[in-house]
Amino acid sequence: MLRHAAFTNIWLAAALVVPQLLLVFIFFYWPTGEALYWAFTLEQPFGGSNQWVGWLNFATVFKDPKYWNSVQVSIIFAAATTAIIISVSLSLALLVDRRLPGHQIYSFAYFIPYAMAAPAAGLAFRFIFSPNAGFVAAINNWFPNIWNPATDGFDAMVLVVLCQAWKSIGYNFVFFLAALQSIPRPLTEASAMDGAGAMRRMWDIQVPLVMPTLFFLLIINLTDSFVDSFGIIDITTHGGPARATDLMVYKIYFDGFKAQDYSLAAAESIVLMLLVIVLTFIQFRFVERRVHYA
Amino acid sequence: MIERTPILNAVTQVVLLVMLFVILVPFWMVFAAASHDFVTVNRVPMPLWPGGHLYENLSEVWIKGNFGTALTNSLISSVLVTVGKVFLASITAFSIVFFRYRARMLVFWAIFITLMLPLEVRIVPTYAVAANVLSPLQQMLNLLGFQLVLPEWNLLNTYAGLVLPLVATATGTFLYRQFYLTIPKDLAEAAKMDGAGPLRFYWQILMPLSRSNMAALAAIMFVYAWNQYLWPLLVITDQANYATATMQLQKMVPEGFGEPPVWNTAMAATLIVLVPPAIVSILLQRLIVRGLITTEK
Repeated sequence: MLRHAAFTNIWLAAALVVPQLLLVFIFFYWPTGEALYWAFTLEQPFGGSNQWVGWLNFATVFKDPKYWNSVQVSIIFAAATTAIIISVSLSLALLVDRRLPGHQIYSFAYFIPYAMAAPAAGLAFRFIFSPNAGFVAAINNWFPNIWNPATDGFDAMVLVVLCQAWKSIGYNFVFFLAALQSIPRPLTEASAMDGAGAMRRMWDIQVPLVMPTLFFLLIINLTDSFVDSFGIIDITTHGGPARATDLMVYKIYFDGFKAQDYSLAAAESIVLMLLVIVLTFIQFRFVERRVHYA
Repeated sequence: MIERTPILNAVTQVVLLVMLFVILVPFWMVFAAASHDFVTVNRVPMPLWPGGHLYENLSEVWIKGNFGTALTNSLISSVLVTVGKVFLASITAFSIVFFRYRARMLVFWAIFITLMLPLEVRIVPTYAVAANVLSPLQQMLNLLGFQLVLPEWNLLNTYAGLVLPLVATATGTFLYRQFYLTIPKDLAEAAKMDGAGPLRFYWQILMPLSRSNMAALAAIMFVYAWNQYLWPLLVITDQANYATATMQLQKMVPEGFGEPPVWNTAMAATLIVLVPPAIVSILLQRLIVRGLITTEK
């Protein structure tokens, strides 16, 4: 794996890795360890060191229906965004890969939302989907009160899901397109000779061959929806209405920094970490066994 | 193409065109809304043709959102993240790939594992570390029995606080490692034979070879750093002097969801925030895309 190794000056080698190791230790390993420590301890009311409480914080978290609500909301959000993102970006990549006139313009333009900051995308979508200004509000003129993300939890969820999906499609699209373009041309041409039409080739050759990419993106999108959604929620819904969009990462922020309960937030962080670790492990396993057809 | 498929081609073009519209129209709506006055922007549906108040809205929100300072802060911290990341990643990967020592797999994995837990999931303790950045070292020293007392070093409301935690991730290191592994070993051997030490090899051979890699990573990191939101929100409390551009969007939104923002100025602010990374990703798209795809391979 690491086969190069031409130089042997060990002091120089150490000097080159120390800065990053130091940063990683201070900003990654230490905080992660501290989260574990906090999750199993409670702060003393009158100062002094923390008191060991075992699983108490986790018990508090798991007994709280608000927590289970945020888990449920996160799962719905993750499933909905991932489904939309994968299906739309794969379809677009398949169509662009047919290389009809103009395909370069499309592949250029579809990538642009990648550059959007989450809060900027959130604010833009909040305007476009506002119940009393902008565009979608027009349907309220025909059917009064049918659309109002400020009061209706379902509408709010639709809003944040669409925003996250819009922001991520470009990123996923370029991966699918790259995967499709790496399929050898003779393969496609041979199947065309054998009488497979364009749709048939998409379904029976191209889609199976991009499965590794699809699986990889599936995990990336699930992880992203758990960790990268804060900006959108904070600008559009603040987790509301009535906690309908109270995603786990938003709840951690709220419990930790607004309610100042570090132990509770740490326990919630640990659960989220475990979730992300499991997803990442699945991804690593898959990367190792990645199938190479070409 | 291989065969004639006029109907499928027509359908393809229509779908692609419609999706082009769907994907780009939010940008246009932000722009159009930012150019209307208060009455027009609240008309339903809002006229899509831009009005004549763009400059007025921009200058109003420029003051309201303190964007002169905020954009400068965003620019400084994003450039620092970009430079720091590119530099650190290249030297770390250089050590891991081109030196022979026992711990290098360990070092690689120690850094690689950080990919697993993004900043957002360990946000609370990372914040505590930023409040006193030497505390981990202090506690390690105490644990090892040293009596040395390190000074307190608070990163809140500093550029270092904005930048360092974002630099401490593995993405770039991984990208560089992948790239270095594609460089033939003979090149390093030849350089050695000609009497070049490791640093000279790094500077005169690896650097020029990795130029496009560097540019790709730099563009990705710039967009990533510019778009940070949660971390700056926590680490910056002195918002008058150290706020970043994305943070200022929060000031355009009234607390709670019931009350609508003033849309024309809010969209003008959105426009200000989205333009710099959008320009980077439009001009450097080819690089970014290639960088993204090689990182994940």
